[in-house]
Amino acid sequence: MLGKYLLDHETGGRIFLAVLFGMAVVVPIANLWVPADSFFHIPTYTVTLLGKYLCYALLAVALDLVWGYCGILSLGHGAFFALGGYAMGMYLMRQIGERGVYGHPELPDFMVFLNWDSLPWYWYGFDQFWFAMLMVMFAPGILAFVFGWLAFRSRVSGVYLSIMTQALTYALMLAFFRNELGFGGNNGLTDFKDILGASLQSDTTRVWLFISSVIALALGYLICRYIVNSRLGSVVTAVRDGEARARFIGYRVERYQVWIFTMSAVLAGIAGALYVPQVGIINPGEFQPLYSIELVVWVALGGRATLYGAALGAGIVNYVKTVLTGALPEVWLFVLGALFVLVTIFLPRGVVGIWRRRSNHGR
Amino acid sequence: MADEESSPNRYPLIDRERVFEFLIEQPSRQELVDTSTGIILYLEDISVSFDGFRVLNNLTLYIEVGELRCIIGPNGAGKTTLMDVITGKTRPSHGSAYFGQRLDLLRMTEPQIASVGIGRKFQKPTVFEQHTVHANLELAMEGEKRVWPTLFHTLTGEEKDRIEEVLDMTSLIEERGKLAGALSHGQKQWLEIGMLLMQNPLLLLVDEPVAGMTQQETEATSVLLTRLAGDHSVVVVEHDMEFVRSIAKQVTVLHEGSVLAEGPFDAIQEDPAVREVYLGI
Repeated sequence: MLGKYLLDHETGGRIFLAVLFGMAVVVPIANLWVPADSFFHIPTYTVTLLGKYLCYALLAVALDLVWGYCGILSLGHGAFFALGGYAMGMYLMRQIGERGVYGHPELPDFMVFLNWDSLPWYWYGFDQFWFAMLMVMFAPGILAFVFGWLAFRSRVSGVYLSIMTQALTYALMLAFFRNELGFGGNNGLTDFKDILGASLQSDTTRVWLFISSVIALALGYLICRYIVNSRLGSVVTAVRDGEARARFIGYRVERYQVWIFTMSAVLAGIAGALYVPQVGIINPGEFQPLYSIELVVWVALGGRATLYGAALGAGIVNYVKTVLTGALPEVWLFVLGALFVLVTIFLPRGVVGIWRRRSNHGR
Repeated sequence: MADEESSPNRYPLIDRERVFEFLIEQPSRQELVDTSTGIILYLEDISVSFDGFRVLNNLTLYIEVGELRCIIGPNGAGKTTLMDVITGKTRPSHGSAYFGQRLDLLRMTEPQIASVGIGRKFQKPTVFEQHTVHANLELAMEGEKRVWPTLFHTLTGEEKDRIEEVLDMTSLIEERGKLAGALSHGQKQWLEIGMLLMQNPLLLLVDEPVAGMTQQETEATSVLLTRLAGDHSVVVVEHDMEFVRSIAKQVTVLHEGSVLAEGPFDAIQEDPAVREVYLGI
């Protein structure tokens, strides 16, 4: 078994996958089959919330792949997430059909509102699920490939690269805010009705989306684990620790960087695609630089270069965020800042680092 | 080209005589580097100046196949610059550098030079500290360096044997599972020499290998370098005269950018010119 081979020396990874599996079994049962007045019932709201966390976790794992293992601190990974989300959103928009406010059979509402009479060419094909899924991977992948190729070929690294990724997501945000671009301007894409013929409002669909998120996260984790365990992963960490040396040994460093960056962007895109049907909206706000920075905090808090640590960090921070923005909304940003500072000072290896250090002492 | 109509190159795709390049077997490294005259490195009349100051001054030096050569000289004599010229890091303003009889080093880039078989060990050991000793050697191994193949690569038996061999040569067998960052200074130096060996170079350039080593480590290093000579040509730059005495058959003394004297260690030691500039007597 490939999975067994991958997890042989990986207690953390095994626990992580076991937890995911447990969630995939317990949550659907507790939601669909346990009666609503029972203590063990999980409301659909919670199912969707958990599904959202799982998408964030996959995004965090994707960032950990480039940041933790290749040392590329991307401050614009939210852009790839949002692009994947937009691709999914376009599919969902096309599924609305005549049920929109204006009842146009082909054009989404916002286009009718803007007095457009035909679908822009780049919306073609998005009525097909398979095409949309391809775009979920290709749109972020191609952007990351081109961006990475230009940046890494010129040996841009460190802070400069971080700033450029930040500028990238900011530029995309400004572009997507424009109505002329044809992605719904500042309202984004919303009012989705169904996915693959199933109503997005039904509990069963929600549970299926949740299960898909679990599977995507588990597979994403295993793929990343395979990559970092392979010779390629070894080269990539070597690039992180000694770029010049790796080049001297004969590795074309920039190609490895582009590869890992693109791979990570594709994973981020998939996370975004699963996120959109669960939250029911995608708008340019997702491109906000702040979100991308928050994402870095998740990974740092969970523990870099562990993969499951990143997922854990995403879960913890977002849970705290959900609770705090409900109870004390004005406090949240201070808590986020404090978390980041405290973790950097006291837990340089993240939450996972505490447990790892203990088990190292035990040995 | 008067007879252009019948020129075979006119329609290259339908030319039956044509042999496409990808069908031709690439020459192996040994064939590429023609050492039939017994000399592997030819440096002739090399001059390098920085801001008008001549670091190397019409330097001429030949290294024989399988030789272990020590290069000594006072600070500023141009030893490191010489290494830089050979590995393509510095371009001379004048002169020629050939690897074997065919390869013009002055027209090649650093990775190209590394790939035809010149390996260099820098003064300061640089190993991948977060990788195990074994992984360090594996990374340095000659062979597949493209992205996708490395993703699915598994070590073949032959490659494993090669790693074992180098682990044994550098006496790092016990340390194979350790992180390279946890090695002692001397062991890091050996690991780096081991990484050089994994690239299977024809010519090894070793810059101050025993700087900062204990007496024992120094001795082990001299055994290691002596063993390497023969299969490889080795050029060592070193200050430590004891160490040079213990390994060198041929010594070249550099002074102010050119060769002051060349010969066996004992003869060099007796040379009055050398005694004056270097030994300070």
